[in-house]
Amino acid sequence: MDFVTGLRCRECGRSYPAEALHVCDFCFGPLEVAYDYERLAAAVSKEAIAAGPASMWRYRPLLPVDDPNPIDLGAGWTPLVRADRLAAELGLRELWIKNDTANPTGSFKDRVVSVALTKARQLGFKVAACASTGNLANSVAAHAARAGMASVVFIPEDLERAKVVTTAVYGGTVVAVRGTYDDVNRLCAELTSERPDWAFVNVNVRTYYAEGSKTLAFEVAEQLGWQAPDHVVVPVASGSQLTKVRKGFAELHQVGLLPEPPAVRVSGAQAAGCSPVAQAFADGTDAIRPVRPQTIAKSLAIGNPADGWYALRAVRETGGALAAVSDEEVLEGIRLLARTEGIFAETAGGVTIASLVRLVQQGVVRPDERVVCFVTGHGLKTVEALTGVVGPTATIAPTLEAFEEAVGAELDADRRTR
Amino acid sequence: MSVTVRIPTQLRSLTGGAGEVTVEGSTVGEALKALDAAHPGIGERLFDEAGELRRFVNVFLAEEDVRFLQGLQTPVADGQVLSVVPAVAGG
Repeated sequence: MDFVTGLRCRECGRSYPAEALHVCDFCFGPLEVAYDYERLAAAVSKEAIAAGPASMWRYRPLLPVDDPNPIDLGAGWTPLVRADRLAAELGLRELWIKNDTANPTGSFKDRVVSVALTKARQLGFKVAACASTGNLANSVAAHAARAGMASVVFIPEDLERAKVVTTAVYGGTVVAVRGTYDDVNRLCAELTSERPDWAFVNVNVRTYYAEGSKTLAFEVAEQLGWQAPDHVVVPVASGSQLTKVRKGFAELHQVGLLPEPPAVRVSGAQAAGCSPVAQAFADGTDAIRPVRPQTIAKSLAIGNPADGWYALRAVRETGGALAAVSDEEVLEGIRLLARTEGIFAETAGGVTIASLVRLVQQGVVRPDERVVCFVTGHGLKTVEALTGVVGPTATIAPTLEAFEEAVGAELDADRRTR
Repeated sequence: MSVTVRIPTQLRSLTGGAGEVTVEGSTVGEALKALDAAHPGIGERLFDEAGELRRFVNVFLAEEDVRFLQGLQTPVADGQVLSVVPAVAGG
């Protein structure tokens, strides 16, 4: 059963049918899926969800595509890990990591792509395309392969090698563009007008695509025993994920799965080398000035964030904040999470952890809160960032003497290895 | 100055389906005003009440976001290409 009533412009409120439309014809504002929440409330239940698949598709009624066989590699239902060691280091009482590195292609993008391509197929598209900083490229190429669709993905040419390989291996077309992600994005926005029979997941079907991120909030609430956390920390690139995480918690109340309207404080994480939203927050302005990205966190390197304004508003309305952290802090964040919790995040995850550290220091994230941090991409995608930062403790000849000389004494002095 | 403006799908109903329109103007703002004069209705789609570009409208001059240049005051040279592009989500 389908609960979608159509699409609606977030700026001027004009209505549109549920087709491959992403921008209001009138004011260019982004379109958003509209649902019949009354009918949804009558149709969803905790029991039905619990009986569903161990994937994001357990929330099918709350997603904008009605298909009993979605294009699915098993995205979602990733671990929510209680992070007591990291909490202790930061002086927090209750901290959880939503480990979305555990998705099929190693990032949360599998959630949005599974929705986008299922809807695209339903609308009759045969070609899946995207502009990507890497994670989306991985996921579009993989899901297209799974569905037997052709794929054409556009990436900046300076992308991490791992992200190029893990896209190209699926056999689709990969176009490296000489320019930044914002250049790639503009090219794809223009191409959408010239190739209207291609489904650009983050352009002409982005209205559906973006909805996939709501499942991050759905899962966190369900995994906490149908409770909303007090505070979430979410990475910000285009701002779409943060906006949809907030919407996800609100929808759970609208359909009766959370008894009270959730009062989740939403905070955002950006790299200082690409922090247009954090800058606007710090300046107390509504105007988000585009920037030229310069950061190792390439998956967050969007200098002109389409949903930045909505992310900014969500942060302000919920009493959160935005942090902008240096590349050194990003690397430290990756190592801190790995060392304390055994989770290896990509640079964007380092941004999130480093931002959490900063927000705790600033007193924004408080010790009495139940905090959830979204770690949304796997560290193996960005190993280059750690080249020369971590490596073998020692390189030795295969002899006892060499071992003792190199590290033996040090290990003997350490209580944990004695 | 003669400038070519690339028109996105969303505005082609106002240009009789044309994906490119050639107009005269010495700045980005003048060129877009000339576009509105030639195809009435485009102006209110691009500009807000204060006469600024709407939040979700991006304009590129020779592939460069005019917000990085001098905005609507950016001078244009003869034969340059202006692209009007809606904002896009992340990736």
